[in-house]
Amino acid sequence: MAEERSVSIEVVYRGIFQKTLAQRICRSVVLAARKRGHTGTAFARYGDSPERNGVPAKQFAVVAADELELEASMAKYEPSVVDVSIAVDDTLVKGVESWAWYGRQPIWKPVRANGWLLVTSDKKPDEVLAQTDKAERPYTLGIVPGGASFAGLWVYKDDHTDFRVLGALAKILPQWIALDDAKAASLELAKGDQSAVASVQYGYDATTMRRVKDGEGTSGHEVLQFKKPGWTKMRPGVIVEARKPGERNPYYKKYGARTMRPVVNFDTCIKCTMCWLDCPDECFEVTPEGHYEVVYEACIGCGICAQVCPVKDCIVMVDELKFTDNKDKWQLWKTDHSKYNSWFEDMSGVSADPKKGASGSVPPNANPAANAATNPGADPAANPTTSAGGDE
Amino acid sequence: MAVEVKTKETNEIETEQLATGCEAIAEAIRLADVDVMAAYPIRPYDGVMQAAAKLIANGKMDVEYIVADGEHSQFEIVKHACAVGARVFVGSSGVGWFYAFEAIAVTAGLRLPVVAICGNRALDDPGAFGTEHNDSLAVRDLGWLLPWAETAQEALDLALMAWRVAEDKRVSLPVAIGLDGAFLTHSQHIVKIPTQAAVDRFLPKFDLGDRLLHPDNPITIAPQVDQDWLMEIRRQNDAAMRNALGVIREAHADFKRIFGRGGESPFLDEYMTDDAEVVVIGQGTLSLPMKVAIRRLRKERGLKIGLVRLKWFRPFPTEEVVKSLRRFKAVGVIDRDYSFGSPYYGGVLYNEIRSALYSQEKRPVIVGFIAGLGGREIEQPMATEIFEKTMAAGKGDLAAGDTCHWIGVRE
Repeated sequence: MAEERSVSIEVVYRGIFQKTLAQRICRSVVLAARKRGHTGTAFARYGDSPERNGVPAKQFAVVAADELELEASMAKYEPSVVDVSIAVDDTLVKGVESWAWYGRQPIWKPVRANGWLLVTSDKKPDEVLAQTDKAERPYTLGIVPGGASFAGLWVYKDDHTDFRVLGALAKILPQWIALDDAKAASLELAKGDQSAVASVQYGYDATTMRRVKDGEGTSGHEVLQFKKPGWTKMRPGVIVEARKPGERNPYYKKYGARTMRPVVNFDTCIKCTMCWLDCPDECFEVTPEGHYEVVYEACIGCGICAQVCPVKDCIVMVDELKFTDNKDKWQLWKTDHSKYNSWFEDMSGVSADPKKGASGSVPPNANPAANAATNPGADPAANPTTSAGGDE
Repeated sequence: MAVEVKTKETNEIETEQLATGCEAIAEAIRLADVDVMAAYPIRPYDGVMQAAAKLIANGKMDVEYIVADGEHSQFEIVKHACAVGARVFVGSSGVGWFYAFEAIAVTAGLRLPVVAICGNRALDDPGAFGTEHNDSLAVRDLGWLLPWAETAQEALDLALMAWRVAEDKRVSLPVAIGLDGAFLTHSQHIVKIPTQAAVDRFLPKFDLGDRLLHPDNPITIAPQVDQDWLMEIRRQNDAAMRNALGVIREAHADFKRIFGRGGESPFLDEYMTDDAEVVVIGQGTLSLPMKVAIRRLRKERGLKIGLVRLKWFRPFPTEEVVKSLRRFKAVGVIDRDYSFGSPYYGGVLYNEIRSALYSQEKRPVIVGFIAGLGGREIEQPMATEIFEKTMAAGKGDLAAGDTCHWIGVRE
């Protein structure tokens, strides 16, 4: 390979929650590379502002051999090709669909052939790969140990996700980010805290790499494309058709924002309508029996339904990476009741029969909003929102 | 150039009124059967408010008359009313116009045919009520159509034209008619008030078609867009503005046929240009003292001078302007506005005219004049000075040409 003159890195993150984390990673890349005399730029994809909670967004770092080389990467919204893509939440590997990108895209889409996809996750590489779109060119999947982090949010303690990622980058891009430089930069960024250096070393040592061959991955995800019209085709006055009653937006389905999904125990549902009423995205459809089923293509996983549901463990928020599709489950409940219930128990970790109580532990929670929702929300007595009677 | 007055196609009887420009506009609001107008007082636009309110009070006009809490609300009200299918009227002046600027800026992009007047007023502070065109001209790049009236009659006529052109589906852009404060807004002239039947023949009912915001036609107007959309939106507006030239020509021909008024060209009003070697060009009421000067200087000194009055600044009638002005040796451009720090330290119109003529192999010498700012009268010695300087430039006096002169400013 000819001598590379620049390297482009993108960080895919959850809007708002991980914005500062993504920014810290991009800044640390440039500052570490600067130690070797390289130059660089760190920037956000401005078009995603104002970001919404959990919506995939991107920040970038470009490091170049000199200022002239860097000019090609300046004044861009986003690079079309990157050497490394970093997903700081493993549910993002199901594909990203942001406000500005028109349709779900495979997480690896901008990664060049033989580039890297780094994912912060506490799962094994193959578990992550099983939910990643089928590769169209080879790349290396790197798992940086650790769950989805909210360290950038002011109410969360720093957990050094940024430094672990920097350590992993030092491993794959030593010509741009030397390990010693990464350590030196982290020490400065952490204002002299030596544990930052240890975190860089840990990211360097503990990141596991897995070569991904052409064709590996899942083909289970829906492909969404939106063609932008020319000015002669657009309606004058910036007019777009409103959705017809009952119709959902065919282009923008929003599920890319989801880190956890609600699953419903139809046996215990009392048809009170609370989830249907309170869902901010009108995601619930009424079944012929009068139950409420989630339309998973429209659900962002905010957890409000689980919070307002007055029945314990009737709506449970579950790690999104456990699911491979967006199909509704109501049909299964109707046709094979016991199979549905064992599926529900397997996914949610709670018993489908309320008399038996919880059968397992609630999985670790990735979404702070959902966190607030699942834990106290299932018990109406413990939930001031529901015990107070909601809107009444 | 003589104006041929054609016979009207019917024998309907027009009435005459002694009316100010503002009152003439109020009559146009009545005749156009406007549905919603929004008002907020600022001189000199407020003359329309008062005249329209009086027509309503006297039972002569039925219009939803909304007094807003400020100019910004005023323009937002009519923008939204227009989107649901109302024919609308609005207006303001000077800094009030600027207070509405956010609403003004987005109206054209949404392709809503709002008709407004800008009662031209200097931009205070310090408080000045006199006419200056910088308020209207501030929107010149935003997709608004900008005609200027010379007389109260023309104010009425242009207003009727404005709804017709603005609401035409090929255009669907807002119009702001420039009326010189005091000289036109508050001076009474004899105005012919056309009959309702004639106006109804000229001005079809407002129909937004499938762009109407209505529960039966569920659409979203102005969703959030980003860099992937704006250029296409601008290009669409550009096409509409280009279409406006042809639509104005059509409307002008119909207007002449139905009302028997309007002059030769929809865009230019030429005065004594047939044998002229040197002309001046400008907008609004400054034509009046210049016409007096032309008659006087022709009589006293036999000077071959004339006037070209520009009636539409946007869309800029480049073809007509070039065709007219390239006949002359020298052209003096009189701006009742100023563009600080602009090329050659000129006015807005000066630089537009220079730009329009640049492509011509043979082009006249162009001299700029800044005159009548803040409503200062253009007196006869000033008008004489303007012609003398323009003629000198035409004879090769480079000190006079390719530059701008402040006329009537105290040294």
